Amino acid sequence: MSSLLIQNGRVIDPANGVDEVRDISVVDGKIAAVAASGAETIDAKGKIVTPGLIDMHVHLREPGRSDKETIETGTRCAARGGFTSVVCMPNTTPAADNTGTIAFIKQRANQVACVNVFPTGAITKELKGEELAPIGSLKSAGVVAITDDGHCVQNNDLMRRAVEYAKMFALPVLDHCQDYHLVADGVMNEGYWSAALGLGGWPAIGEDVIVARNILIAELTDWHVHCQHVSSARSVRLIREAKRRGVKISGEATPHHFTLTDEAVKSYDTNFKMNPPLRSERDRQTLLEGLADGTIEVVASDHAPHCSYEKEVEFDFAPFGVIGLETELALSLDLVRQRLLELPQLIEKFTTNPARLLRLNKGTLSLGADADITIIDPEHAWTYDVNETASRSRNSPFHGRKFYGKAIVTITGGEVAWRET
Amino acid sequence: MAHEIVENNPDPGSLAFIGIHTHGVPMAKRLSAKVSAILKKEFPVGELDISMHRDDLDLREIPPKVGPSQIGFDVTGKSIVLVDDVLFTGRTIRAAMDEISDFGRPRQIQLAILIDRGHRELPIRPDYVGKSVPTALSERVRVGLVEIDGRDEVMIER
Amino acid sequence: MSAVTWNHKDLLGIQDLSPEEINFLLDTAAAFKQVGERTIKKVPSLRGKTMVNLFIEPSTRTRTSFELAAKRLSADVINITASASSIAKGETLKDTALNLQALNADIIVIRHSAAGAPHFLARLLKAGIVNAGDGAHEHPTQALLDALTIREKKGRINGLKVTILGDILYSRVARSNIWLLTKLGANVTLAGPSTLVPRAFEQFGCRVTYDIEEAIHEADVINLLRIQHERQRQTMFPSIGEYTAMFGLNKERFARTKPDALIMHPGPINRGVEIDSEIADSSRSVILEQVTNGLAVRMAVLFLCSGGRFSAEGTE
Repeated sequence: MSSLLIQNGRVIDPANGVDEVRDISVVDGKIAAVAASGAETIDAKGKIVTPGLIDMHVHLREPGRSDKETIETGTRCAARGGFTSVVCMPNTTPAADNTGTIAFIKQRANQVACVNVFPTGAITKELKGEELAPIGSLKSAGVVAITDDGHCVQNNDLMRRAVEYAKMFALPVLDHCQDYHLVADGVMNEGYWSAALGLGGWPAIGEDVIVARNILIAELTDWHVHCQHVSSARSVRLIREAKRRGVKISGEATPHHFTLTDEAVKSYDTNFKMNPPLRSERDRQTLLEGLADGTIEVVASDHAPHCSYEKEVEFDFAPFGVIGLETELALSLDLVRQRLLELPQLIEKFTTNPARLLRLNKGTLSLGADADITIIDPEHAWTYDVNETASRSRNSPFHGRKFYGKAIVTITGGEVAWRET
Repeated sequence: MAHEIVENNPDPGSLAFIGIHTHGVPMAKRLSAKVSAILKKEFPVGELDISMHRDDLDLREIPPKVGPSQIGFDVTGKSIVLVDDVLFTGRTIRAAMDEISDFGRPRQIQLAILIDRGHRELPIRPDYVGKSVPTALSERVRVGLVEIDGRDEVMIER
Repeated sequence: MSAVTWNHKDLLGIQDLSPEEINFLLDTAAAFKQVGERTIKKVPSLRGKTMVNLFIEPSTRTRTSFELAAKRLSADVINITASASSIAKGETLKDTALNLQALNADIIVIRHSAAGAPHFLARLLKAGIVNAGDGAHEHPTQALLDALTIREKKGRINGLKVTILGDILYSRVARSNIWLLTKLGANVTLAGPSTLVPRAFEQFGCRVTYDIEEAIHEADVINLLRIQHERQRQTMFPSIGEYTAMFGLNKERFARTKPDALIMHPGPINRGVEIDSEIADSSRSVILEQVTNGLAVRMAVLFLCSGGRFSAEGTE
């Protein structure tokens, strides 16, 4: 049997209310009370030991666009970033709107993934927003949620029916909140900078309007709708108010949205072009407040790889999206450094919260749980060089940025998936 | 210098003066005034900025400040007295002659210089010289004129 | 003379320039204007240099203005337009640009429908890049020639009341003018339909009004803009007829302007839409002087962006 002993680390396990220095033992891929003799020891003195981190918004691009990323390379990025589980989005080619594609993803993940892969299924066929996808079958095939991510169901009646139907299968509905008419063909946030740069603007209400409809539908159906990559101040306020009333609504924020603003676009560098766009400083501050007071309960990367030749074009023509799995943790630890969040609070957003939302049996270090563990060195100083990435793509807004804090060991099912050398 | 110019130009009807920016311009005006006093005639005076005709544009760190050239008369057929304060490598004069040709075809061009400091890089020779002052390459010669600098002086900086 | 007056290899926008640099450019342009008055309208300053007119978005007027400016400086000129075969075959801007670099182009003048295209080239290439209009972002030589015209006619820009009238939202001419005029101390008023003149522009130091009478009554300079049909994403106002009735400079409105107010327009003018035909031809209109000054400004810009050795990084 295989065994690990992780010694002297500060163990933060929010699910069990643990935050203290203690040892963690692993036997045969599960958390155990004691390690077996001959166990490999890892000295975690001065380091932080947490349940393996979960990123619930990742684009693995396979099947269909393995030139941008594959399940293998995407999961390697995850491991390097300290993540032991990723939830992948259905906007592949073909879309994950059928059991065949889900089966492919799961099989491929079994073969090549170094971390856990949890697929999501589509809400509508081909993500077109017209007819419901076979949600029941998708559940049987193993999806953990449904979403049309990349797209957004515009027909409110259809969305309502989708949520009602998903409730039957206890599937949460994740939504990329975007009103197509309000945003039209904008390429960045509508505000001072879009006016100054002469680029088409995307008003924040294009997101708010859909967040509002999701809140109303969640309330009506008494079922769970999760707003992905919330970026607008008004959306944060709407979600806060709704949660107070007990509505089953939740929100997620990406590190690029809580770190950067639309001013970054002034260089016309397409590594700052994503959907939803970077917004104003006021939006960013409100997002940080939402993270601090629990309104935004999940941090996820929306890791969206694109080939260099696709991004190296005029700003108007570049595809939206940036990679983020490898910089996600460091950017989030920065919030703890800035005293905006406590460390256990941050860890919750990567462990207990996504696990609860998606009903995953992950995110804890309870005895008998899968041995998914992340060991973090909070003082590790490093500079992100995108040319060293495990991703097939290079579209990061953080190339060259200096960071403090990194995952140095990522363990999935008791096996070391990645170790910092 | 004014007397020499008069002596060398027996047909003063076609005489004209052109000063090279910056210090050549007031000098040209003064020379013209002196010649006018002798011959009791007015002569046209033009100004030339040679920045657009320089041959060293590629070698400079920053582009030169360019000013307009004002030649209010037709140069064709005229005997032009080209005036500048200091004659050094001769490249400024070459540029000036090129530029004058763009305005027309003078009968002849004569060169009047206040200070000839030597070190010619091109076969240019002055017709009228105020003073020849041998200098080292590392030195700088600066001419001050009342109209521009407040006083008339010649300074050699080592 | 100040120490450093111009050290950019590119002219990407007015936003990046200081008031000193703008004045330096205008002074240089005034000098080059005189070249057009000589018998031999040529100076050898750019002899042996290669200038490429890369017009991905078509324009005859601006392109010929740049071409003539380059030729008067003795440069060699190549014209590349969007309909040229390789672009039609789907060659990317990056590849087009690298090909030009392989031909050792010294300056590339680019007009493109995508904002930021000149910045993209400036990052990529060693050649000097001059922005001849990028989407709705900037058209720096237009603002410079407008400023030169105002300076010639009014003697100054500081303190003047300038009104820009029309489609501001989609206009690069408006933006470049706003930056330049505010940097040089003018009081700028923007006027037009509310869908085309958002209040957000007040953040740039301008006044926004939807009352055209009030906008032009006290103005020293009135700059009329064309409706940018090709750039508007959806209909911003009901019809041309309604626009003309509400915002066109017709005889009645013209009569209420100051007797010495300048009438300007970047061209091409839509007679009878933003301006009455007679007004365009009147003595208060300086539209043709703008064209002459455009040539001088472009000569100055090409001269400054290609002369001199610059560090490898160049500047934004």
